Amino acid sequence: MTPRTLSYRHGLSRNIWNRLLSSVAALFTALAVLPLVLVLIYVLIKGGSLINMQLLTELPPPPGLDGGGIGNAIVGTLVVSLIASLIAIPIGVGGGIYLAEYSRSGPFAQFVRFGTNVLAGVPSIICGVFIYGLIVSTRALMGQSYSAIAGGMALAVLMIPTVIKTTDEGLKLVPQELRWGAMGVGASRVITITRVTLPAALAPIATGVVLGIARAAGETAPLIFTALFSPFWSDGLLNPIASMSVLIYNYAIMPYEAQISLAWAASFVLVMMILAANLLARWLGHLSRQ
Amino acid sequence: MTAPSTSASQSEEICLSLQDLSISYGNKEAVRGVYMDIPKGKVTAFIGPSGCGKSTVLRALNRMNDLIDGCAIRGRVVFQGQDLYQRDIDPVEVRRRIGMVFQKPNPFPKSIYDNIAFGARINGYRGDMDELVERSLRKAALWDETKDKLRDSGYALSGGQQQRLCIARTIAIEPEVILMDEPCSALDPISTLKIEEMMHELKKNYTIVIVTHNMQQAVRVSDYTGFFNVSNREDRDSKVGCLVEFSETESIFNSPQQLATQDYVSGRFG
Repeated sequence: MTPRTLSYRHGLSRNIWNRLLSSVAALFTALAVLPLVLVLIYVLIKGGSLINMQLLTELPPPPGLDGGGIGNAIVGTLVVSLIASLIAIPIGVGGGIYLAEYSRSGPFAQFVRFGTNVLAGVPSIICGVFIYGLIVSTRALMGQSYSAIAGGMALAVLMIPTVIKTTDEGLKLVPQELRWGAMGVGASRVITITRVTLPAALAPIATGVVLGIARAAGETAPLIFTALFSPFWSDGLLNPIASMSVLIYNYAIMPYEAQISLAWAASFVLVMMILAANLLARWLGHLSRQ
Repeated sequence: MTAPSTSASQSEEICLSLQDLSISYGNKEAVRGVYMDIPKGKVTAFIGPSGCGKSTVLRALNRMNDLIDGCAIRGRVVFQGQDLYQRDIDPVEVRRRIGMVFQKPNPFPKSIYDNIAFGARINGYRGDMDELVERSLRKAALWDETKDKLRDSGYALSGGQQQRLCIARTIAIEPEVILMDEPCSALDPISTLKIEEMMHELKKNYTIVIVTHNMQQAVRVSDYTGFFNVSNREDRDSKVGCLVEFSETESIFNSPQQLATQDYVSGRFG
């Protein structure tokens, strides 16, 4: 009896299925990436060509006039994101440390983890309405209604679940032996966390924070209710402030050519900033594997 | 030159005294009724089959079990006249006096220098840090291999070197007792030999308690040996660890008093 051939046979039904299903998987992968590629290309074509120094530094023109830029919106987005980070990072990292290091998986920790997951799924417009009801409509902040701080708070509500979750999971990845080692040389719990565990988990935490900021920076809905918009340079943190996402929302539907161009340019800048933030996050994550 | 084996530790100064120590995880009892006087300035080995609670007992000696959920301890561990489990005892202070080396090498993700300086810094060491690092590394027989790369990460070392780094780190806080939980189980024979040689040096200054699965290692390094075994309790069918025999290493291996010890050290079970 001659041995069966070992060479690849195209007609074999398992090989046919194999090729077929591989092609289907490849097709769906391509479909999944397609929107990303199309959005990037479209924004690049429509907005990329408009980018120049004037656009990045000047104020938007009054309706009907040409020229101008989105300088105030870029500054505004940075300011609001910074306020959001200042609120969300301490709360989120602190909460994550509590969950991973102190809570010992009790019922309260389970409840907080569940709540965090729910909060992560809450539509961003709800966060906006929440801060509107809490701060803006009540004029709780020194009698001011719409303000940069209110906008930052709304974005912070969006960021907190991401930061808590990544901190919690980053700390859980730190080997237990490392904590024992620190305890074994007489470190108290606080010293173990601040000097050993947190530094060991810094990369995943930083990645989560950057992704949280990137997500929040692109949000429109929470800002419409809180930071509102302003066609002028920022007038302090207690007054309404421009942001790129709200600028796009306002200008893209205006009947003026100049404003529509600015909306496209702002889209381009925003997408590039978020892309850069994601690349930064990837780089930070890469650091941890070295 | 050796005292009669029956009077094992009576002539020695006692370092740690375990009095009716029982340890349980949740409602499962792991070890019960351990009485043992660990002599000062000697190497004491714990041997026994897996699951007999020798690591559990070791971890009870510097309150490392506090970090494990549901671990409860009854009985007393007396160190320098104080019961380690009294309410007013600070476990952090206990661990500064009784250091621990773990089964898996666990250097911090820091430089070799900082790995050693860490413990000293948090303990408020005010002296010459460079000198302390060198002295600790020399005691752990690691100085020659690392003196030119003290700023390299501790992770860059081999497994055996990492374990010696962890020992150096423990020495740097100048404890009185060093507990070692199977320190060589993850290491090759040459690294093991280096650590064993080091232990002979260390016992001049420290009391060492070591858990080992390797009976030859117990013979080579220890002065006293405690044999732990798993016993089936009559009233329930759960298994619980207990101390069968504790004596000078020589008599444990050459003239054990208990049949179970005899069986274990001669390789008939375990």
